[in-house]
Amino acid sequence: MFKLFGFGIVLGAALAAAAAYLLPVTDLHREVSIVSVQPNGGIREAWRIHVPDDRILAGGGNPAATSPAGVDWPAHLATAGIEAEVFKLRDANDVVIGLGSRIAAPTGEVEWLLHLPARGSMYFPMNPAPDASGLRSGGLRAGTREFDGRLGSLGERFLPGGDGGTIELTGVLVATTGNEP
Amino acid sequence: MKYLLALLAGIACGVIVFVLLVYYNPLARRPSLSPLAVSSSGQMELAFAAGSRELVAATGSGLTSATRYPASIQELWEPAVEDTSLVVALLRNSRGQPAGLGIKFATTAEQPGILNGVYPVSSAWHVWLVDRGGLMIDQTENRWSLLREIALPARVSSADSWRGTYYGVLTDGPNALGTGRVAGGSGGLRGARGEAVEAVSVRAWSVADGPVAMEGRLTIALDPAAETAASAR
Repeated sequence: MFKLFGFGIVLGAALAAAAAYLLPVTDLHREVSIVSVQPNGGIREAWRIHVPDDRILAGGGNPAATSPAGVDWPAHLATAGIEAEVFKLRDANDVVIGLGSRIAAPTGEVEWLLHLPARGSMYFPMNPAPDASGLRSGGLRAGTREFDGRLGSLGERFLPGGDGGTIELTGVLVATTGNEP
Repeated sequence: MKYLLALLAGIACGVIVFVLLVYYNPLARRPSLSPLAVSSSGQMELAFAAGSRELVAATGSGLTSATRYPASIQELWEPAVEDTSLVVALLRNSRGQPAGLGIKFATTAEQPGILNGVYPVSSAWHVWLVDRGGLMIDQTENRWSLLREIALPARVSSADSWRGTYYGVLTDGPNALGTGRVAGGSGGLRGARGEAVEAVSVRAWSVADGPVAMEGRLTIALDPAAETAASAR
């Protein structure tokens, strides 16, 4: 019986070691990606943000526009005219799939960082001015994990409606072959 | 029957022995020396108060044990983001002056690692420096020593808290030397590339409030060639 007990100790330690070696720390939830294939071989994916429901944080020079209640927006950033917002990001089925931050400077520069936990992050510096249709676009500057090494672009458009509106983000991503400059 | 019980008791003991071995693993050291300490690149130090009541805002879900601040901020309860925490902090330069804003998304990474003393977290910083422009920092972190030396002792403490002195480097990659990747996006940092390391020093931690007295530090080393090219644009 003592031999069996000793064998059990070894077996238990081995099983625990195997589990610690093989099992991931967490199992992230994934929604099915809703993408369409572009003629150039890339994929197009659309995300949307319902404002103000999906806004987690907003801060800027106007204290009245700062949310949620209780946020003490740093005076230095307010004076410098830096505006930042953090949102929940939804897919085409209106399911939350990630988070996004938008920072705007008084010089007109705008940046987006989209964080999709199960897939990676994308960083888009945007063009200062939107075009005549209200579409602001920018190129993918850097990506992580699934988006690492991709080329791509992001379009941003605000569609007013109801008490707020919807921010539509459209991303186009192209896998690189390694020969690009 | 008694043989089966002996085997089961042995397995239970084996699991406990393994857990104790992992917890007290002498090979799992706290990384406290920044890989950028020997870099020849010019460096930028950005510090931020990371105590949960000192941040501009913070949120997460029950799973991430992130404290929500202010209390009215939305919780990240949706399945896709429940393993993610959000921190918004005022960044200060090495002279203690406000320098910009940092927004950090951190998600527990989907990879094994406990056996090697690794609690993996994937994180991304969205940084805006008022005088310079915007950049992104991509990191993989190892929070094992933070968990082992602070969070777990605080949990088992009768006071539900921890006090002491802790300093550790969180950044563990994705670069080979254990540094994070920096990509400049706007303003004077447009086109810049470099490396970054995040470290934290903790003096007090509470189970209810998370970090009570904690300071974070981002060390950013920009590639001189890329920075020169960026400033020439």
